[in-house]
Amino acid sequence: MNIGWPIGAAVLVAAAGAAWILSAPSPLPRAAIAGAAGDAQAGERVFLAAGCASCHTAPDAEDDGPPVLAGGQRFATSFGTFVAPNISPDPEHGIGAWSDYDIVNAVMRGVSPDGRHYYPALPYAAYNKADPAEMMNLVAYLRTLPASDTPSSAHELGFPFNIRRSLGFWKLLYLRDDWVLQDAPTPELQRGRELVEALAHCGECHTPRNALGGLETGAWLTGAANPSGEGRIPGIAPGTLDWSDGDIAAYLTTGLTPDYDSAGGEMVAVIDKLAQLPPEDIDAIVSYLNAVPSHEDAG
Amino acid sequence: MQIHRFGPALALLSIVGATTTAFGQSDLPPPVEARQHHMQLYAFNLGVLGDMVRGNTDYDAALARAAADRLAALAELSQVGYYPDGTSASEIEGSRALPLLWDERENYDELTGKLADAAAQMASVAGNGLEAVQGEMQALGQSCGACHELYRESDD
Repeated sequence: MNIGWPIGAAVLVAAAGAAWILSAPSPLPRAAIAGAAGDAQAGERVFLAAGCASCHTAPDAEDDGPPVLAGGQRFATSFGTFVAPNISPDPEHGIGAWSDYDIVNAVMRGVSPDGRHYYPALPYAAYNKADPAEMMNLVAYLRTLPASDTPSSAHELGFPFNIRRSLGFWKLLYLRDDWVLQDAPTPELQRGRELVEALAHCGECHTPRNALGGLETGAWLTGAANPSGEGRIPGIAPGTLDWSDGDIAAYLTTGLTPDYDSAGGEMVAVIDKLAQLPPEDIDAIVSYLNAVPSHEDAG
Repeated sequence: MQIHRFGPALALLSIVGATTTAFGQSDLPPPVEARQHHMQLYAFNLGVLGDMVRGNTDYDAALARAAADRLAALAELSQVGYYPDGTSASEIEGSRALPLLWDERENYDELTGKLADAAAQMASVAGNGLEAVQGEMQALGQSCGACHELYRESDD
């Protein structure tokens, strides 16, 4: 009895220590971007594919002119409400004072410049598969955009989701840096995979999640509950979507379905961006979707 | 002779039958029916143009022009009375119009105006060949999405 208490305490301390170590952020190795000089023009294509503006422009932003990434859009989820931050080049309220490494590390690893975890509302679980050189292009483009001095707002999350350190465990459980589609023999399929799995982060909405918000990659792109709580997000894997190649390509550029209904909701902003990509990127997405394993609708 | 005599009557009967069935199955208020049918007319005419662009049908200048003209006319029609209070998606089953539309009616009308502009642009070139139609399809399709992004409930 006398000896049990110190041992129990020691075990607790050791467990807490292990938890602290395991939940620590795992930053990108600096060598990943060593020597890469970003090309802003190439970065615009990354910016469009990644859909940064869909979340980071202000809620009442105009469509004309270069996007102002002032933040402020609110995303209500079952975990609480996330508020997109200012990521414009403003040195005080945006990311103007961050190094290139800081930005790439934030986007690909979900780690802030001061070493804290970001919530996976920022889809680093997809962006982590991107090519770091492409991310450097994105950084160069982001630095050309107009600055906004709008302060970022805090997320509105209840316990326990407000404990950022716990995201370290979420990352351990659910962050995967390997591709879902392992076999991509042609350059077109590889480009499609880069677009769908990494940049355009299609799986973030079109793949079901478990109770802790981890993607069920065994049901990849088979459709999912809408995080906003209303309706369902459709499956886009073979077996859940029976559109022709031409129908998919036309939808991704015009928003019109084979029945000539139109896209609605969040998909409209996605299509606004994808429609600006070169046609070969749209073809690559179509090829990729054809190559995904067939599934029954996840229901 | 007999077929000729009864033909029109039968046709009329079947139309009456079809419409009664259609109305019988739906308890939607007439303004909801009207605005949904208005949308179906958009879809039909978009389909005439879209199927040519997608290669599902051959390009036909007269058909393309007719469809584009109708779209432009439809988009110009006043929608006053289409959205009376109490007919949003949160108030009646079968409506997908989000309550936000009532709060932002001015913006809705502005977006409808942009659809009218895109449709007029399509109508001005639809008879000039497939490439001309292709060139306007994106702007036309996206003008539909601009409204559905904000004011239509997502699929379930």
